[in-house]
Amino acid sequence: MLTIWAILIDGLIYASWLFLVAAGLTVIYGVMRILNMAHGSLYALGAYASASSIGWYYANGGDQLWIAFALLAGCAIVIGAIAGLIMERGVLRLMYGRDEVLMLIVTFALLLILEDLMKLAWGTTPYFAYQPYAALGRFNFGVLSVSGYQIMVIGVSVVVGAILWFWLERTRTGKILRSIIHDREVSEAMGVNVRRMFTMTFVIGAGLGAIAGGFTAPIISVVPGIGVEVIVVAFAVVVTGGLGSITGAAIGALIVGLARAASIHTMPQLELFIIYAVMASVLIFRPNGLFGQATARKI
Amino acid sequence: MTDILKTQGLSRYFGAVVAAEDINVTITDGEIVGVIGSNGAGKTTFINMVTGYLPPSSGIINFGGQPIGNLGPRKLMRRGLARSFQIPQLFLELSVLDNLAIALSAAEGRQLNMIRPVRTPERISAADDILEQMNITQYRNEMVTAMPQGARKLLDIAIAMLGDPKMLLLDEPTSGVSTDEKYNLMDTVMEVVRRRGLTVLFVEHDMEIIQRYVTRVLAFASGVVIKDGAVDEVLADAQVQELVTGKRHQPQTEQGDV
Amino acid sequence: MMHLQKSEVLLIVAALVLGLSSFISPDWLVFTSTLAIAAALVVMGVVMLMRAGLISFGQGLFYCMGGYAVGLGGRFLDVTDALALIGLGVLATVALAMVLGLLLTRYREIFFAMLTLAFSMILYGILVKSHGLGSTDGFGVVDWSILGYQPAQGHESSTALWLAIVLALAAALFLNRYFQSSLGLACEAIRENEVRVEYMGISRRQVLYINYVIAAALGSIGGSLTALTAGHVDPTMAYWTISGEFVFIALLGGTGHVAAPFIAAFIFILVRTYAVELFPNSWQLILGVVLLLIILFLPKGIWSLFTRKRRAEA
Repeated sequence: MLTIWAILIDGLIYASWLFLVAAGLTVIYGVMRILNMAHGSLYALGAYASASSIGWYYANGGDQLWIAFALLAGCAIVIGAIAGLIMERGVLRLMYGRDEVLMLIVTFALLLILEDLMKLAWGTTPYFAYQPYAALGRFNFGVLSVSGYQIMVIGVSVVVGAILWFWLERTRTGKILRSIIHDREVSEAMGVNVRRMFTMTFVIGAGLGAIAGGFTAPIISVVPGIGVEVIVVAFAVVVTGGLGSITGAAIGALIVGLARAASIHTMPQLELFIIYAVMASVLIFRPNGLFGQATARKI
Repeated sequence: MTDILKTQGLSRYFGAVVAAEDINVTITDGEIVGVIGSNGAGKTTFINMVTGYLPPSSGIINFGGQPIGNLGPRKLMRRGLARSFQIPQLFLELSVLDNLAIALSAAEGRQLNMIRPVRTPERISAADDILEQMNITQYRNEMVTAMPQGARKLLDIAIAMLGDPKMLLLDEPTSGVSTDEKYNLMDTVMEVVRRRGLTVLFVEHDMEIIQRYVTRVLAFASGVVIKDGAVDEVLADAQVQELVTGKRHQPQTEQGDV
Repeated sequence: MMHLQKSEVLLIVAALVLGLSSFISPDWLVFTSTLAIAAALVVMGVVMLMRAGLISFGQGLFYCMGGYAVGLGGRFLDVTDALALIGLGVLATVALAMVLGLLLTRYREIFFAMLTLAFSMILYGILVKSHGLGSTDGFGVVDWSILGYQPAQGHESSTALWLAIVLALAAALFLNRYFQSSLGLACEAIRENEVRVEYMGISRRQVLYINYVIAAALGSIGGSLTALTAGHVDPTMAYWTISGEFVFIALLGGTGHVAAPFIAAFIFILVRTYAVELFPNSWQLILGVVLLLIILFLPKGIWSLFTRKRRAEA
């Protein structure tokens, strides 16, 4: 019984983190049909921005928790959005209309570049930003002890998901984006400025990746390579749910999160394996993921 | 004369949309049959079902006396049912000769070899034959990307003929081809068809082409066959004129339905 | 009887020249050449997939399996013969590829790319957790012999080079024929237009399946050769950035000719050897920029430089 509660809580914590990481990836793919391999690097960029700004704040005598959080989120979003803008305007724009899989390689090139740029900017020594994590303390549920920070991440994830949902389903921009997703050529013919929408989507997606990193920074030690590890897991989540679907990303995150937690508490050696096993078994029965749609080809 | 293709109660629905309903058609060996209908009337749906690209929602398809309703394009090709496409389906970045060589190799029906070259002397001469019959020899060593639309249409049909089929389904052979080219194209194709004694079913928007090349016509409207008979009889039918040919209006190069 | 084609004669001559030059080359060059040939073998598999329109970000899976087969075979099965160890890797790899191929042949484009990536990461994850196998540190490979011949002290690297040359030559000659064969062309046809392929009566999945399994076997041989040469295996062989490097080399060379992977792999390994020394923190940066430049300006790889020149002369 205790194990089940532990699995549920750990699973939920992990799932909310997975959703944060995967949301930007799936939004960008949904609208632009680009699977951004550099998404993990944006995550890392956000983590570095957050860790160094918080580190700087506390080192200079800061002690206000809310300022620390404002710095964490603000710096991550700003640096992620700027990086996204540069990537979209500087590189991706030159390649639009090419093969999806070629765009994958282009974003792989961006990943390589970003990884080294971060090493050049922040060096290879780890950065820590444990203060917000420590400040929120721990909560005890019977024998189980959960950190306040982790509970807050669940909240952040829910808020991000809700904003994204509202944005895509209830606003005018969201309507335009959905029309692009449905049929890009027709939307273009109807006067939608697809290029501007692409820039906006990529910047927002990049910002989301960076926020995920920003909120993760207090939990981990920020070192080179963290982004590379993240992208594969995020991809597994997104594919399980169905590429391009926000609901899919949420459900995929929950399934993968719970499965991983169950594995950690019962068969820890299968931890990594289980994520891909979930993905593979979903794909065997639903080749486009749980919420993915197959595209028919005109002949 | 024996029946080569026979459908009974053939229907296809996309959700609530009726793409084709209760189609009962019998084609006899050696017939040249035209299929007409406005956009969305169910012509291509019909062809796609008969060639196994789209599984029917209900109904029976018999080809050469055998039910084929659940066979895919691959198995149907082996049984002698071939098709061409409204938008030519070719290997754009390969040479014309390679397009034909791979088709010839596949038509031999054996496991594809991984050591011997695909361009054997026999296949090259067979490819040259069909290129000459189709009048596109000049493109032999070009990439498909270098061919004009009319030549691509001919290559598309040539590839369909390579499996030595009994029956050929042509999906709008003259769409996208200029008015002065289209008779040339059809003359070339029909000459080969006659020489090989093929049964042909072809979808066409152009009533002049229909009158000139076919003996019998199936008229489709809203997924149903509204008229089936000799060319003059069908084209003179009031309902057909209203729903399909629109009296004087004759669409020629429209993009068709899927 | 098959006649030798011009490019086959050139391949054989190049192999002989490279082999003979090992007698006068410095040791580091022999070592680098062997690693480059091993990488080129893996890349040949990547190129096979590319010709079918598929990008694999997980060829490291088979590379790693080949490497670990050498390591494990020597350690637990007491096999020391290099050919037997390589054969062991190929057997294990082909068996795995035959299972994975059943699933993967249903996927194209980014799905194929990312699923191959995921599978190689599973192996990586398993190896990292295998403490008996040294976890992330990996372990050393036993001293090997070849058909009873035990290379003398100081001659291991040239023996490995000769072994690599012979295997690579065999693979290149096969692939040269394969690219011109019905099956090889069917792969390109699938890349160009799957609908037509199906209507020709060709089973797409069968063609892709065979292609995938052969590509896997080549990856395994490359991994085994690397392990025999470097004398050490570790889980990073399955890490996806290694697979990314193979994709990089394949794009660098292009898919135009079987010699392209070799030339590209030599350039890559040589440049890497220096760049990692000189700019440890900007090697990937250089890779990324070069990759973008290739995609923008040389979409058919450096091999197109040769053919373009030849066409201009003609």
